[in-house]
Amino acid sequence: MRLGEFLLVAVLALPALGALAVAATPRDRAARAVGTAVAALTLVAAALLFLGDRTWVTHAADAPAVRPWHRLDLPWVPGLDLRLHLGVDGISWPLVVLTALLTLLCCGYTMWKVPDGGSGRALVALLLVVEVGILGTFLALDLVLFFVFFEVVLLPMYAIIAGWGGADRRRAAVKFALYTLFGSVLLLVGVFVVVSAAGTADIVALTGGTGLSRGTQLAAFTLLALAFAVKSPLWPLHSWLPDAHTQAPTVGSVVLAGVLLKMGTYGLIRIAVGVAPEGARWAAPVLGVLAVTAILVGSLVCLAQRELKRLIAYSSVGHMGFVLLGVATLTTTGIQAALIGNVAHGVITGLLFFIAGAVRDRTHTGSLDELSGLRETAPRLAGLLGFAAVASLGLPGLAGFWGEAFAVVAAVEVGGALWTTLGVLAAVGGALTAAYLLRLLRRVTHGRPSAAVGRLTPGLAGVELVAWAPLVLLALAVGLAPTLVLGVAEAPVEALVEVLR
Amino acid sequence: MSTTTLIGALLPGVPLVAGLLGLLLPPAPRDADGSGTGSFRPGGARARQMAIALGVAGAAGALALAVALLVTLDRPAEASATWVDLGGLTVSLGVRLDSAAALVAVAVAAVALAVQVYSIGYLRRGPHDDVDTDHRYPPYAAQISLFTAAMLLVVVAGDLILLLVGWEVMGICSYLLIAHDRRLPEAPAAAMKAFLVTRVGDVGFLLGIALLGVSAGTFRIADVLAHDHAAGTLTAACLLLLAGVAGKSAQFPLHTWLPDAMAGPTPISALIHAATMVAAGVYAVTRLYPLFEATPVALAVLGVMASVTLLLGAFAATAQDDLKRVLAWSTVSQIGYMTGALAVGSPPAALFHLLTHAAFKALLFLAAGAVIHAVGTTLMSRMGGLRRSMPVTFWCTVIGLGALAGLPPLSGFWSKDGVLTVAQEAALHGTGPAPTWVGWLVWLAGLVGVAVTAWYATRLLLRTFLGAARLPLAHPHDPPAVMRWPLLLLAVPAALLGLAGFNWAFARRLLLTPTAGEPAGEHLLIHVGPELLLPLALLAVGAGLAWLRWRRDPAADPASALGPLRPVLAAAFRLDDVQRALVVRPTKALARAARTADKVVVDGAVEGSGRAALGLGGGLASLHRAALPRAAAGVLAGALLIGLAAVLIGGAA
Repeated sequence: MRLGEFLLVAVLALPALGALAVAATPRDRAARAVGTAVAALTLVAAALLFLGDRTWVTHAADAPAVRPWHRLDLPWVPGLDLRLHLGVDGISWPLVVLTALLTLLCCGYTMWKVPDGGSGRALVALLLVVEVGILGTFLALDLVLFFVFFEVVLLPMYAIIAGWGGADRRRAAVKFALYTLFGSVLLLVGVFVVVSAAGTADIVALTGGTGLSRGTQLAAFTLLALAFAVKSPLWPLHSWLPDAHTQAPTVGSVVLAGVLLKMGTYGLIRIAVGVAPEGARWAAPVLGVLAVTAILVGSLVCLAQRELKRLIAYSSVGHMGFVLLGVATLTTTGIQAALIGNVAHGVITGLLFFIAGAVRDRTHTGSLDELSGLRETAPRLAGLLGFAAVASLGLPGLAGFWGEAFAVVAAVEVGGALWTTLGVLAAVGGALTAAYLLRLLRRVTHGRPSAAVGRLTPGLAGVELVAWAPLVLLALAVGLAPTLVLGVAEAPVEALVEVLR
Repeated sequence: MSTTTLIGALLPGVPLVAGLLGLLLPPAPRDADGSGTGSFRPGGARARQMAIALGVAGAAGALALAVALLVTLDRPAEASATWVDLGGLTVSLGVRLDSAAALVAVAVAAVALAVQVYSIGYLRRGPHDDVDTDHRYPPYAAQISLFTAAMLLVVVAGDLILLLVGWEVMGICSYLLIAHDRRLPEAPAAAMKAFLVTRVGDVGFLLGIALLGVSAGTFRIADVLAHDHAAGTLTAACLLLLAGVAGKSAQFPLHTWLPDAMAGPTPISALIHAATMVAAGVYAVTRLYPLFEATPVALAVLGVMASVTLLLGAFAATAQDDLKRVLAWSTVSQIGYMTGALAVGSPPAALFHLLTHAAFKALLFLAAGAVIHAVGTTLMSRMGGLRRSMPVTFWCTVIGLGALAGLPPLSGFWSKDGVLTVAQEAALHGTGPAPTWVGWLVWLAGLVGVAVTAWYATRLLLRTFLGAARLPLAHPHDPPAVMRWPLLLLAVPAALLGLAGFNWAFARRLLLTPTAGEPAGEHLLIHVGPELLLPLALLAVGAGLAWLRWRRDPAADPASALGPLRPVLAAAFRLDDVQRALVVRPTKALARAARTADKVVVDGAVEGSGRAALGLGGGLASLHRAALPRAAAGVLAGALLIGLAAVLIGGAA
């Protein structure tokens, strides 16, 4: 077994076994420590996937459009011709690392603070199971395997929301589970349509749509895109998100916004667009219009929002709108913008949810009417909130800029009346984004301290700094050196766009 | 990479490092016990010292580098490396240096240094301040450093995306700095307005950049300028860029943020809202001037914008009672002269006025800061008679106002003359790239502006420094040395920089651009001739009218001469209300509607389908809970139906 194959297995086996170990450890604090250590090891393994031979022969005429750096292909259920087919390339690797990083930060945060509702041990174990599902989704190169991992995430996430969430957690958790289950049904049907028509579930072989008739491709793309649109989420299929994000505990919100949504956009790029390119071309205008609607509606709703976490949750609708707009252009520029937008949103919104959680834990309220003057009593927390908000509004030089600006550039690049209009409207959405985030800052940080804010102490806990510092640095690093994400993604995106032509 | 380009690359780097380090300093919070006694942690004083050292060092380093650049740069230089490549669109990380950039960089760094030093004295807790006063000096100084870095990045950037980075970072720094004063309830709103209005303009700026970049396949300025764009693309791109320029440079109709931004501390007004940030728009146009030169439509729009802004700002300045707001409106008006010069085809005249304006407006703001510091109010109706008690401030203000109004031989006279001359030539001889009527518009607006500027400058001087003191309790005095020296040093260029226009060594730096190459002959920035008499006469008329009015009654405000127009002018033609009615309120209403629709319609459909499923299930379940006779009848009916179907289907087969 070569190093790459070993690492692929390790990235999935570590958190899976770790979850068992955590559940088996008798003492709560020790269990959380075990979980954090496992998450750290997983991050190391994920980062090491970068090692090894990443070159490929691009000039071969029949080279497949997906050329993983490392690959593991084992029979799984021979009778049904199911294979355990894993691989990583430049499209998935940044997301794999992001997932491992955010899980580690969440586990570490749980060392310090366990939200009310249950034991820390169970929470950490569930986080690790969620991690297995998300990582598996990003690594799977077999459609059925992809579907299985996609589903693994659902129930532990439901448990996290229902177990450790806010006051209205049960309703939000049920809504989350049922709504995304509805998406999963469509995904399952889509997978069946593709697999039965093509006779294989191998994503490498399927990418490019060879062997699928136009009708099959249209049907498959519609089903798959709907399924991923629920997960991403795309307006108007987003309404599970605000409730789930608002009610989930801090670490749940971070994982949800940070990486869970990325399963949708990743699936759209890798599966829906890759397997049914003709369907993608056919549906691109609709996707683009919906994405821009999501940007505008999401921003407008944020502008009238009165609850801190709900506002950040709705901001995800707008931000993911930019990502989906990038995908919808079906150009190299657009898909690259979508990939970096994905990572940037994970980092920045993760940070925002951490900080919003800290504000809520301290003041015991999330209402914007009851929060003001944070910079008077807790200047560091206010400063970090300011940084995260500014990064989220897409300030050039920080991570959020590249995805949003270049989604607009890509729309302009496609040209024509429709796409130019979409580009203009998306740019207007950028201004609205600034408006609601500045309104948030004005309400929360400026002015005289409110009663709830007045009793805060200025300090931050050490673990908070440790958990947030990597996100702050990443937001800065990806902003200053976008090559960190795009350097590895360039070749696979170009290969993908090649099959779209 | 040559030494020159290395200096160019370091130029924004030095204040950037100073700013980032400064942000790590503790922001001098109050004691953790929350007793509200205002006692500071012992580390607070040291953090302040460190912040001062970092801020001054960053600005001084930038100034030294800028001067070095000015000295070593003999020909335009360029260096770049690929930053990132997005699907065939290259974004580069590079500098594009010419002598105009070096001059602007010197101006930016010099004003930044003056502001950093001045702030040491200005943001100090005075003996009369209440115990809650907490200036949070470290973040303040760090934000000034970041701001300086961003502006210098705009100045040297060799790539449109890199320029956009500096452009927007500058915006966010101005947002932070305007909101700095925690005692002013209007400061956060003003800061938000400043960022949002400029951001609205930046929607256009981004789209303009996108059009140019997509058309050229790269965002490198040299390549964008060299590329042969389609006429339609170019016109659209230039018009879109103008939206961003209007936002940043406070041009009509996006000028509304600038007067409100006066809620920021006065040194910040000097830095951001007089000398540098508002100049960025003008500077960006000069950087891309070959594109604008090829699009008369964009230049015509720019000319109209400039003329409206010029007059609007000047007239609004006449009726303000707030000292800083007079200066703010005068900035709006003076930037109008610069964009006017661009519209009639003369970037050198615009840059010359930009440089002199940077000097005299920074001087005026810092002098106004000294006055405000001394009397504790910004309202001119509570000042008066300060000449005797604050002689240094008085004479500095005289120099600044003289330059602003265009009094020979002060700097503003020569640079404004340069603008008026090119406008006149464009009007009378049709020399500019824009249509002749644009020349007429800019020229006439500029001439009217001269008279109005002289009027309000005279009024400001008379109301503030002459006559009887209207606030007898205060004991005003000249500022301490740390605030006085920046004033005195800025007074030198404010007075003399105009004469440099006679010097060929200076003039060729503005005339020489990378695209135009060496100018053909030694023609100077200044045109001495009989046409100078017209603006001088208008200046005398404007100043004389204000003075006569004041002579008649030194206690009354010369603005009373405006009669019924006064409230309209004081409210700047009520454009704020227009903006509120046309943009802010509809957006808010739309936001509320979107929230409701999202809840009722989109989520309502989801929740509704859930409820419908529950209801259907409940209905079916209750049907199945029937009593025995009905259930038996049901089973029998079912059996009958199945039997019937079997018979029918079997019979058919």
